[in-house]
Amino acid sequence: MNFRDYLKNNIVYFDGGMGTILQAKGLKMGELPERWNITHPEVICEIHKNYLFAGSDVITANTFGANILKFSKEELEEIITAAIKNAKKAILDSGFNNKFVALDIGPLGKLLKPLGNLDFEEAVKIFAITVSIGAKAGADIILIETMNDSLETKAAVLAAKENCDLPVVVSNAYSEGGTLMTGATPEAMVALLEGMGVTALGANCSLGPKELSSVAEKLLEKASVPVILMPNAGIPREENGKTVFDVSASDFAFELEKLAQKGLRIMGGCCGTTPEYIKAVAERTKNIEIKPIEKKNITAVSSYTHAVEFEETPVLIGERINPTGKKRFKQALIEHDIDYILAEGIKQHEAKADILDVNVGIPDIDEIEMLTSAVYNLQTVTDLPLQIDTSNALAMEKALRIYNGKAMINSVNGKKESMEAVFPLAKKYGGVVVALTLDENGIPDTALGRLEIAKKILAKAKEYGIDKKDIVFDTLAMTVSADKNAAKVTLDALKMIRDELGCKTSLGVSNVSFGLPNREIINSVFFSLALENGLSAAIMNPFSNEMMKVYYAFKALKGMDENLADYIENASKFGVAQASVSLAENTESRGEHSELSFAIIKGLKEKASKITSEIIISKKTLDIIAEDIVPALDFVGDGFEKKTMYLPQLLMSAEAAKAAFEVIKAAMPNENGASGETVVIATVHGDIHDIGKNIVKLLLANYGFEVIDLGKDVPSEIIADKVCELKAPYLALSALMTTTVPSMKQTIDLVRKKSPNTKILVGGAVLTEEYAEKIGADFYGKDALSAVKYLKGN
Amino acid sequence: MISEIKIYEKTDISINSKEILRYCGMKTDDENFKCLLNECLEECENAFDFKVCFIKTPLEINGDICDFSEFKLQSQNLSFNLKDCDSAIIFGATIGIKIDRLIARYSSLSPTKAVIFGAIGAMMIEALCDRFCSDIGNGRKTAPRFSAGYGDLALEAQKDIFKALDLQKKSGIYLNDSLLMVPTKSVTAIMGIKREGI
Repeated sequence: MNFRDYLKNNIVYFDGGMGTILQAKGLKMGELPERWNITHPEVICEIHKNYLFAGSDVITANTFGANILKFSKEELEEIITAAIKNAKKAILDSGFNNKFVALDIGPLGKLLKPLGNLDFEEAVKIFAITVSIGAKAGADIILIETMNDSLETKAAVLAAKENCDLPVVVSNAYSEGGTLMTGATPEAMVALLEGMGVTALGANCSLGPKELSSVAEKLLEKASVPVILMPNAGIPREENGKTVFDVSASDFAFELEKLAQKGLRIMGGCCGTTPEYIKAVAERTKNIEIKPIEKKNITAVSSYTHAVEFEETPVLIGERINPTGKKRFKQALIEHDIDYILAEGIKQHEAKADILDVNVGIPDIDEIEMLTSAVYNLQTVTDLPLQIDTSNALAMEKALRIYNGKAMINSVNGKKESMEAVFPLAKKYGGVVVALTLDENGIPDTALGRLEIAKKILAKAKEYGIDKKDIVFDTLAMTVSADKNAAKVTLDALKMIRDELGCKTSLGVSNVSFGLPNREIINSVFFSLALENGLSAAIMNPFSNEMMKVYYAFKALKGMDENLADYIENASKFGVAQASVSLAENTESRGEHSELSFAIIKGLKEKASKITSEIIISKKTLDIIAEDIVPALDFVGDGFEKKTMYLPQLLMSAEAAKAAFEVIKAAMPNENGASGETVVIATVHGDIHDIGKNIVKLLLANYGFEVIDLGKDVPSEIIADKVCELKAPYLALSALMTTTVPSMKQTIDLVRKKSPNTKILVGGAVLTEEYAEKIGADFYGKDALSAVKYLKGN
Repeated sequence: MISEIKIYEKTDISINSKEILRYCGMKTDDENFKCLLNECLEECENAFDFKVCFIKTPLEINGDICDFSEFKLQSQNLSFNLKDCDSAIIFGATIGIKIDRLIARYSSLSPTKAVIFGAIGAMMIEALCDRFCSDIGNGRKTAPRFSAGYGDLALEAQKDIFKALDLQKKSGIYLNDSLLMVPTKSVTAIMGIKREGI
């Protein structure tokens, strides 16, 4: 019998600790336990056999740390092959039937980007090597365990799916707060892992069975696949020089029995557990009545921290990351101004969007690169789940791959070609697909016609193994200015899809008012009608007061707002013009400074932006820059040098100046404001600190330099190539640690070779004038302002 | 030797605004800045997961070699720091990853806030270490805590400390190839416990 079939009708017992037992058998500190597969096969076999006799159905091969980072390819092959062989031999020797061998895959010990240095695709490759060897050696199951990061987990699952057909069991290490170290809740992990089609999922290590039980309960509540739990034998402590764990085998079994009664189907142990623990668990739980695994039918997407479920409460999908009809946004895309996109993301997050739509498609840009970059970077500034919005299947796949969670996929439609492009991606990477009710014949003008397309889409999805819970139908809001019945058809179709198909729905609400004056009036009423007709999610503008009023009022009236807390918290915002300035208004006299200068000097972002939009109507932008902005920056710079003003004040005023420039840019998108020379800026390879670099960037941009920011941890080749490509006269490098200064020197050497005329500025906490000279820099900046002065003087 | 874990709650660690201002490099009164600081404090109110992973080790000092039985470190400064001690606490402490995410969120959009969150994080991790060291000292006199990279103790010592504590697995603190820690607001250190009677 294969493992998938066996799991259907049985409670399955994995084994328990290996490392702790090997230590007791003489494994030395620092010695790699995987080598014992070759040097001590009899010890490994013996441990496996003891677990088999204790009741284990699955033997975990001794391959936890077997990866290419720790072993050469040849040794790795030898070790994994030996490990699987040892496990198989133990099964054969024991004489039992229906026992399985799991290839054990633990974390790589390196954090993935953006938190760490390891590239996602690199991680996939590393796991792929282990998986391929293990599958070839005859493993029955891929066990991915003890992962405390959702992205690394995803890389491992992807590698397993791409390199074998074996069942994949995933078990994460949750910490005391009930989330993974990098933030994911059990609900988020269920969404991610089920989306990717794992056979079972759960938790192991870090804590004892009691502490892990709340995590297990959450997993059981949400998961439609079997749940696995392999806790530690409690907390370890030293007793007379020996390590002991504080949960006994019988207490361990007692806790697992309680969970087995709630539906836990796979059990085992982690650190500190022994065959005695597995035996106790098997004895206590073997007669428990096995319940079939229930389908939960939860429509959910997730990010690296949390899941968003499509339940009663309407889900708000922010639509602002989209260039359609937005000149400033298009310009940002052409200039590859990621910061602008990120700011749109953060603002919508603050405006209470639940999910962010990401659409960066305009002609003449590399959409694949742009979308991947936007999705990657948005995940560094917001933990809202993303809706990836593109008609380019390659861009969609690339973005889905690196997305750290289960994304929304926008969109598929009833056309054969569309379904054949999108469904395989949804199946492989997971995702909730927005399905537009149109097909080769266009958009039906009746609700029934749209329902029929929805049925067709569902049937096709089923062929790909995609459940209807993972399809959200968009019944297409069309403008009422073209057809007076347009809204009614859309609303009727919503209702039919909810009632007849039991599916969730979504709408791009604002399309309904296209071509009309005062669109928000129509939009907001249509929104409330759609909600009443069962709309589950709206793609909308979260900055629109009218829409948000409907949202809060609807929740309040429909009993979705406990104690009306959300309504009360937000109602005051809508009474008067949005109160946005949280900083204290300054009543000081502004002396000889202009009003804008003074706002910048005082670091008042909103005020600087407001004044600029007022004066730009009657004043030339160049005059605003020369008479208001630059004098203010100079005044603050002067104060900073004289130590009457300090770094935070310098920064606040720089940000206020930037806000003023934003207004200028928005008013004249073709005038990019930067007329000065190009400065390439980066934090060197190996270094992950970028606050200092960003300060320099902000100041330089304010003084009109064209700043090309390559980010942090940037390899020297990339920096040198960019400098050459742009023929940049200046390069600014930052390093904070002594350990990364050599990488700065390496970059300088390379740039000198490739672009000898480029002047190189360096800065960072560990550098000194003398050191800068030694590594061959042209200039050492003790702070951001000195860099500006140097560049202005050149 | 197996390391132990100690978890602290939000209420255990108090906020020291003066220290935050010092880390920001702010030496003057500024109403606007204070408002922003308060806004940041509110925003990161629940952004901390205080965790310390530690071992108690015997200690022998021979010249500039400090012998913690499981591993040795060579450093004159550390030997001097530990000279009256007969045992040591080796620990790794972190306030978690959330503050790093806040710093990243604002690092290019509002460097001011990034600097403030950096300063709050620095104050918090130091306060956590202070609290832990005072708890674990248990009334015994202790030497000031000493970290890799101080004086002549090479940053490479981080590797030994990580191994001895099994720090990555136990606490989720990672050490990258440049010997930087993630979460960045993490500290590893050695604190000597002085011999009775000193």
